[in-house]
Parts: sequence; C-alpha cells; structure tokens
Amino acid sequence: MHNVDLAVIGGGPAGLAAALAARRNGVDNILIIERDKELGGILQQCIHNGFGLHYFGEELTGPEYAERFIEMVREENIPYKTNTMVLDIQADRTITAVNSREGLLKIRAQAVILAMGCRERTRGAINIPGDRPAGIFTAGCAQRFVNMEGYLPGKKAVILGSGDIGLIMARRLTLEGVEVKMVCELMPYSGGLTRNIVQCLEDFNIPLKLSHTVVNIHGKDRLEGVTIAAVDENLQPIEGSEEYVECDTLLLSVGLIPENELSRGVGIALDPVTSGPVVDETMATSVEGIYACGNVVHVHDLVDYVTRESETAGYHAAEFIKNNNGASGSEVHRTIPGKGVRYIVPQRISNNSLLKGFKIFFRSDKVYVNARIAVRCGRQVLHSVKRQKISPGEMEILDLKPSHLENIEVSSLAENGLTIELEY
Amino acid sequence: MEERKLTCIVCPMGCQLNISLEDGKISSISGNRCNRGSVYAHEECTAPKRMLTTTVRVIDGFHPFVPVKSDKPIPKEYLFKCMNLIRAIKVKAPVKSGDILIQDICGTGVNIMAARTIPRAEKQEVS
Ligand SMILES: Cc1cc2nc3c(=O)[nH]c(=O)nc-3n(C[C@H](O)[C@H](O)[C@H](O)COP(=O)(O)OP(=O)(O)OC[C@H]3O[C@@H](n4cnc5c(N)ncnc54)[C@H](O)[C@@H]3O)c2cc1C
Ligand code: SF4
Repeated sequence: MHNVDLAVIGGGPAGLAAALAARRNGVDNILIIERDKELGGILQQCIHNGFGLHYFGEELTGPEYAERFIEMVREENIPYKTNTMVLDIQADRTITAVNSREGLLKIRAQAVILAMGCRERTRGAINIPGDRPAGIFTAGCAQRFVNMEGYLPGKKAVILGSGDIGLIMARRLTLEGVEVKMVCELMPYSGGLTRNIVQCLEDFNIPLKLSHTVVNIHGKDRLEGVTIAAVDENLQPIEGSEEYVECDTLLLSVGLIPENELSRGVGIALDPVTSGPVVDETMATSVEGIYACGNVVHVHDLVDYVTRESETAGYHAAEFIKNNNGASGSEVHRTIPGKGVRYIVPQRISNNSLLKGFKIFFRSDKVYVNARIAVRCGRQVLHSVKRQKISPGEMEILDLKPSHLENIEVSSLAENGLTIELEY
Repeated sequence: MEERKLTCIVCPMGCQLNISLEDGKISSISGNRCNRGSVYAHEECTAPKRMLTTTVRVIDGFHPFVPVKSDKPIPKEYLFKCMNLIRAIKVKAPVKSGDILIQDICGTGVNIMAARTIPRAEKQEVS
C-alpha cells in the first residue's frame, strides 16, 4: 500500500489547478493520477484559441493553457503518474489503479479530489433511426483525430448539434478542405457562444438550421447521406419537411455528461440535473474527505472557471488534511433552482459560507433578455442583479459577498434554503 | 448600394447589425445597441482579420503533430492560402512552445508559431 496525503484523479486543468492549490496551502505528499499518456486533459486537442481570457488576461489555445499548468506542477515537483487508470475508490479513500509498468496499485489517501472531466453523449444516447454505417463520430472524437493524429473523418460533413465543440469542428474541417454542408440544431437557439457562430459558421457561409434534426441515416458500409427535418414546438419532426442531404460524415455534438462511474461506486450523492456530485461551497462531496471539481461536477464552457473552482477544491482538501480529517461539522443548507434556473452549483452551503461569501454557478433553462437574477431566502430578497441576456449556453456566475448574506436568519435558511430565480 | 447583415460579437448581446455600403464605404448602420457595434462593423466591412490555429506535422515527436497559431490576426482572405502553406511543411522534434515555424507567412507580416512543446519520441524500450 502506497500512502499519500492527497490523491487527485485526472490530470486535466481541474486536477492540475486543484493539486497546485493544495500544495500552496501546505500539502506535501500529493499524487496526480492520469490515464492518458500525458497531462493536460481534453485541452490538448482543443487547438483553437479563446482560453485564459479571464484567468490570464490573454487569449491562449487549449494546449498553451494546459502547458502553463503542467509547467507549474513540474516547478512545484508534484508527483504524477500517467498511463494509469483509477478503477475504484472506497469510502475510506483507498484507491485501486492500474498501469502496465506496476500492475495493480493500492493507494491510501487522506483526501481525494475527483477531476475526471466529462465524456460526450453518443448516438445511442439520442436514438437516431436508420442504418449504422461507418462515418458517424462524436465531435470530440473527430477533434482528436484531426488535431492530434492528423486524419480527416471524411469529405462532406453534416454536424448535428450547435454546441461549441460542433461549431469549432465546423471551422476546423472547413479549413482542412472538408465541405461542411450544415449544422442542424434541435432547439430554436444555439447552445454555442455567439462568437463561435459568427467566426466558425457565418465566416464560411455554413448554414445553421435551427429547429432541425437528423431523422434518418443512409448507407451500408459507409455513410452516404442523412435525412433532416424541421421540428415543431414539442421538438417532434414535422411531416413533409424532410430533406435528403448527401454526406459521408456525421458529427454528433449533442452534449457532454460528467464522468461519474467512480463517484457512483463510492456512493457519492449525484445531482440528477448536472449528473455530477452534489457539492458544497468548498467543493466537498457527500462522502467525507472526497472533493470534486471541473467538468466532473458540471459541464463548463470556459476552462477559466474550471481552474477557479478547482483551486477552491484544492484549498479546502488541504484544510481537511491539516485539520486531521476533521470535517467542518457546520450545518448545511440547500440551494434551490427557482423560476428560469435549471441547476445551481453548489447544491449545498454551510453556515461558514455566510461569513466568507461564495460563488454561485448556474444555468438558465432558456434565453432571457433583460432579466433580473434574484437571490432569496423564503420571502427575504438578499441580492438582485440585472443582466442584458442570460442563455443556457453561457454559465452565469454570482459572487455573493458577506454583505449580501449578513441579514440572513440561519433558522429561515434551514427551513427555506437559498433560492436563485429569474425575474423577467 | 449594398446591404450587409452582421452579428456583433463584442459583447454577449449579439446584436444583429444592418449595414448599408456605398462604394465599399459604410453609409449607415442600424441594430447596434451601442457604439462598439459600429466600430466592429467598420472593421468587419473594411479589413476583417482572424486568428488562425491549425497543426504542423512533426518528425520523431512524442506526437505526430504540433498545434500552431498565428501570432497576430491574419486578413481573412489569406486564411486558405496560409493553410496550404502550413500543410506542406514538416518540422523535426523537439519543438518548443513559442518557436516560430513560418516567418511572415504569405507576406502578411504574421508569423506562425508552435502552441505547445513536443519532445522527441521516447526511445523504444528494449526488453
Ligand atoms: C471534446 C471536448 C471539447 C471541448 N472543447 C472546449 C473548448 O473548446 N473550450 C473550452 O473552454 N472548453 C472546452 N471543453 C470543455 C473542457 O473540457 C473544459 O473546459 C476543461 O477541459 C475541463 O477540465 P477537466 O479537468 O474538468 O476535464 P478534462 O480536461 O476532461 O480532464 C479530465 C482528465 O481525467 C482523466 N481521467 C478520467 N477518468 C480517469 C480515471 N478513471 N483514471 C485516471 N484518469 C482519468 C482524463 O484522461 C482527463 O485527462 C471541451 C470538452 C470536450 C469533452
Ligand atoms: S452593438 Fe453593443 S450591445 Fe450590441 S452586441 Fe455589439 S457591443 Fe454588445
């Protein structure tokens, strides 16, 4: 058995930032465990720029953002194992991992940080009828092919889903000479950033078909075409609107889901909306000594916020270790998504949070223009701010300061929880 | 007279701008909620530029490709020309982040630089 103070599972931006924050808060014996052959996580395949504007104040590409953190981890001499996959975690924080050099490893940690990121939804998760020929990829898988291995997935592509990864891939494939015929989006709005719609689609005259979906797939060995159709308000295909589009490649960009097999195994409470662990403002999960951060908790659109959130997790995991595994023992309360709010992270807050203040991350259920975000406890409104636009594609952050929280009654908070809602 | 529609990307509002052009010059703009929208429209209609990110083949590297980026935005009409040039070159590992791989690409005054470090491939272990 190998003993460490802190084990970090996943060497993406979340794991790296968490490990660095824990080291800076006095933890010596840290181990980062990464299943890939290098650190950096999914950023290594995101070669476009637009990362780091909030954290570093400059626009970096994904690999540049990753390299800055990998360098810091090396400077701090934080040990890591690559090509090593964690198979299991127990509630007493014993970890089982495997690699080809050492075989099966048992690691006992005082605290664990989960930073396994997310994976993409596949066609199985969305059920398109029709044949099952080659030529259908998730957008992220195609991104890895093109950017890291240098293969093009095909010559003529249709992209289903207008999230940022799909949009970015539309531009990337176009630059590499692939004809991107269209991007179809089931919803009446795009899930991607406006900037990406302009610079990835409009720049290259790629049509964005809102309220459209793929209803059939054609081809025996290789994809030959897809049938698309418009959908009504209930997202059901409208009969008679079908159109055949010839293509040899279909990219699915239909969403990401946090990677939580390990969390489920150890019995961590998961939020059914985010599919990630329920956490408090310190990023502690429901199992003592186990923290979580990054895309494993909820899907982020900006890595900068992943970094900030992970620093919080690293800092508090260090506090837990230094206090000799003493949990804070403070009472916890619920945060409640009110009108217009789909989910909130953290789902729990402690009494301590009222003194220090904390950040609320949330997503709306649809697009709102000129709405007000209100924070209330029962009928008492604690804070409210106006936003010109709130959309599900852009995560909202609310910084609650101790001054917003000083008039709160703990008994009322225990009874009513803290509600975030939109007024429009 | 020519009409153009643009989406302003300066802030998340994403205003739809309607622009009238006369002899390539903007004669009127509507739809912008603030002045930054009109500054953006002028730039987009006269000299649109974009950052370019892509990859370059690496010989004997830890990975077969290195991500690269332009050190400044490139005039939009040069993007595909630059891509053809970048696709044709190869570099030998090791590559360091920030290394300039192509200088003054297509006479644009813009350099193409490596956006990460690629060490040499590890030697095959002899068992
Ligand atoms: C395909 C794709 C493209 C994206 N593109 C963008 C983008 O363009 N811009 C943007 O801002 N964000 C993008 N994102 C979001 C991006 O993932 C996050 O901003 C950020 O990378 C999340 O960091 P993370 O550390 O939480 O997760 P990741 O970067 O995914 O890192 C998780 C790490 O954990 C490792 N891991 C998982 N399970 C185990 C295990 N059992 N044992 C050991 N190691 C394990 C993985 O190998 C991985 O390295 C993209 C996400 C995906 C999936
Ligand atoms: S015109 Fe002004 S308000 Fe509208 S998107 Fe541009 S910067 Fe934002």
